[in-house]
Amino acid sequence: MADTAPESEQASPQGEETRRDFLILAAGGMGAIATIAVVWPLIETMNPSADVLALASTEVDISAIEVGQAITVKWRGKPVFIRHRTQEEIDEARAVPLDELSHVESDEERVKKAEWLIMIGVCTHLGCIPLGNKLGDPVGLFGGWFCPCHGSHYDTSGRIRQGPAPDNLPIPEYEFLDDTLVKIG
Amino acid sequence: MTTPLHRYRIVQWIDYRLPIFSWTNEHLVEYPAPRNLNYWWNFGSLAGIMLVVQIVTGVILAMHYMPHVDYAFNSTEHIMRNVEWGWMMRYLHANGASMFFVVVYIHIFRGFYYGSYKSPREILWWMGVVILFLMMGSSFLGYVLPWGQMSFWAATVITNLISAVPWIGETLVQWLWGGFSIDNPTLNRFYSLHYLLPFLICGVAFIHLWALHHRKSNNPLGIEVKSPRDTIPFSPYYTVKDLVGLGVMFFVLAIFVFYLPNFLGETINYIKADPLVTPPHIVPEWYFLPYYAILRAVPDKLGGVIAMVASIAILFALPWLDTGKVRSARFRPIYKQFFWIFLADCFVLGWVGANPPEGSFILIGRITTIYYFAHFLIILPLIGKFERTRPLPESIHQAVLAKKGGGAAPDSPPQPSAAGNP
Repeated sequence: MADTAPESEQASPQGEETRRDFLILAAGGMGAIATIAVVWPLIETMNPSADVLALASTEVDISAIEVGQAITVKWRGKPVFIRHRTQEEIDEARAVPLDELSHVESDEERVKKAEWLIMIGVCTHLGCIPLGNKLGDPVGLFGGWFCPCHGSHYDTSGRIRQGPAPDNLPIPEYEFLDDTLVKIG
Repeated sequence: MTTPLHRYRIVQWIDYRLPIFSWTNEHLVEYPAPRNLNYWWNFGSLAGIMLVVQIVTGVILAMHYMPHVDYAFNSTEHIMRNVEWGWMMRYLHANGASMFFVVVYIHIFRGFYYGSYKSPREILWWMGVVILFLMMGSSFLGYVLPWGQMSFWAATVITNLISAVPWIGETLVQWLWGGFSIDNPTLNRFYSLHYLLPFLICGVAFIHLWALHHRKSNNPLGIEVKSPRDTIPFSPYYTVKDLVGLGVMFFVLAIFVFYLPNFLGETINYIKADPLVTPPHIVPEWYFLPYYAILRAVPDKLGGVIAMVASIAILFALPWLDTGKVRSARFRPIYKQFFWIFLADCFVLGWVGANPPEGSFILIGRITTIYYFAHFLIILPLIGKFERTRPLPESIHQAVLAKKGGGAAPDSPPQPSAAGNP
């Protein structure tokens, strides 16, 4: 202390870098690194834990779903709609000119097998679950799904046609393990 | 008072309405601290930092823990295995509790040595004792939460102490348990209270600091600050000095967290609580061992409990039991010797508490317990009456400068704050 003080007091008025400047910078830098090293794990703890990540995929037997029926399965805490579409619904979806769509996607892009439409049943507006999977549900103006929260209408391909939702109902990652078994996620 | 901070208009605007900048400046920057504080004065701020560490890690743990008898043990393991960095949070929290007690015990013995409890700092001292009680409660409640064998049986033993209360003891214990034994209602309320107590500690710590800043810090010489030449501004001198101690403390804590995380724990607490099987050897955490020894030294249920509570409560009376007029042990040759004997006595009590109450441990425990109380009730009052203290220095700055050997020359760098800033 007694050695450094006179030195820095002489040097600083001339605007030169002093030993003290270096020490403050070095200590401050290390302090910043240490702070980040502490805060990062604290934030990281709130991410999905290993057991949650382990449940990230689910397998569904679709053999019991008749043509025209739909079921809802839970995947990562959200509903996934699996619809066995009629030929009529498929034709209707494929007849729509792409320039009528606000979120342009052809029906072929949205399915792996034409009769099976698999998508996440969460409205892209504010996260409600659209109606239309059960018999007697309102299906909206385009024969697909209707979200009761703010009136979004989806067609038989799950594409947004009218209402405040910005995007089509999203398609999850999935694959057909065989003719009757689908793995979602 | 004008400070450099106030040159910004936004700062002026805020400060006029809420004097947060002036207040910070007054208490953390310009705050005049005695210029001779040594490293033993680090431990107050270190205790404050440990309180923050415990609250931050505790809030994170609470996001993943479930206070239910069927889930508590498994959710603790879930934290250890599944949650990102969960193992580190739990080890920091568990070892942090020990670190907190280390720091606070040193802080208390600093107070013993330098007479920090004497007038006009009695209420400051009382608030410290209240914080110690709250810390003990909080750490006990927290120890129960993992719902291992030690958690369960520690809770059983400690809550049963209350049954020693004459007439209403049984009723009191059942009220505390919310049932006829330690069970789910107990775990739920312990969790609630464990979350509450740290914030009560924060409140009492604030009063502790309020009293401190009102009458200012004691110092190694134990004489009052008499002029601005006796002080230096808190920042940067003591902020930097506290940071050095902080670095050392975190270094020690890191050694335990990363290399010896279960050194202070009991292996048997990794077995889920079983209300039908008591472990063969029950010991409390290390920071409770001396009190545990005092409890067992008295061959009577109620008497033991009273002695244990009295061993801490007696600290409230310490400012009057110590009749000496001089604060610092530096000028009290007899008291200084008894200070060290008392410290050794506390260590022996801890050692006795860690061992089963058999053979010579019983005798040693009784002797050291009697000595513990004799220190406060007999030795301290007598020393104050008969001790011949050494002459006190005229002032802090004269003592400091004389020690440097420079006589009157102001060779030490810090300029007294008030003289420097008109």
